Amino acid sequence: MRFGVVIFPGTWSDMDFHHVISEVLHQPVEYLWHRDTDLSRFDCLILPGGFSYGDYLRAGAIAGRSPVVAALTDFAARGGLVLGSCNGFQILCEAGLLPGTLMRNECLQFRCQPTHVVVDQTETPFTRGLRRGQVLKMPIAHGEGRYHAETNALRTLRETNRIVFRYATETGEVTSAANPNGSVWNIAGVCNEEGTVVGLMPHPERAAEPGVGSTDGLLLFQSLLGSLVENGSVLGR
Amino acid sequence: MRARIVVRLRSGVLDPQGATIRKALEGLGFPEVRDLRVGKLMELTLDESDRARAQARLEEMCRRLLANPVVEDYSCEVLDGGEPTARS
Repeated sequence: MRFGVVIFPGTWSDMDFHHVISEVLHQPVEYLWHRDTDLSRFDCLILPGGFSYGDYLRAGAIAGRSPVVAALTDFAARGGLVLGSCNGFQILCEAGLLPGTLMRNECLQFRCQPTHVVVDQTETPFTRGLRRGQVLKMPIAHGEGRYHAETNALRTLRETNRIVFRYATETGEVTSAANPNGSVWNIAGVCNEEGTVVGLMPHPERAAEPGVGSTDGLLLFQSLLGSLVENGSVLGR
Repeated sequence: MRARIVVRLRSGVLDPQGATIRKALEGLGFPEVRDLRVGKLMELTLDESDRARAQARLEEMCRRLLANPVVEDYSCEVLDGGEPTARS
């Protein structure tokens, strides 16, 4: 599977993703600059974490309007897979590829800590290899991770089964104590209607090797690669 | 031509920063502040002399970038019309 890792000015998790994809998963991976618009050679694009454009105006606001993100919209519409982590999730929301927005953490602290999320749906290529209710441990590092969406949008997300990850305890209970940033319904990650674009605040690329505290992040990628192998195409592409 | 844009959180959206600032004021001896919400002020200088066109373009700027419609409202106004004022 051919991966592309997008870099905006201020992105910083690009190397972590590139390392995991190339050295741990042994998949072809390239960096893309935010002005690149030819995405035809990729199967999956990653929007990594960081502080694109210094989080100026709003986190992800300026990056969400760059040429590569406009091209990404077409890419996703044609069935291309997109994973946005942290700032990447913020960018996907700002670009309108995912509903809602990420706001300042309710506690007003920058939270840099391991978290547990429970897998709420297993229809996306990133979660098809997982079990509903499975708990993943991945770190977060953000000051603006509070997921917010209007009531109607939230209802739609729930009814169309598009909430993918929710902050939870180690045993998978969704509690307010397990919610590091005040996200509504403990939402840690959502997907688009087709399940081909997933955004999450935690960092799977920082939980992909022994010695860093968890390898649960790798499961998302293994699920993705397993989806490809299983039926020869990903969601009918 | 100068313009001012104010971006505010929509009512009902939680503003923990505003709540914290309100509490800080209370601690400084201003208990009368019942609510405080923080917004953004942007001041623009435009190369435009047509007031109506400037207003329309400002609205478009707000819609396309400056305000996030999920959680923000905006107001924009042209401050002086006609020829651009001399720089001071």
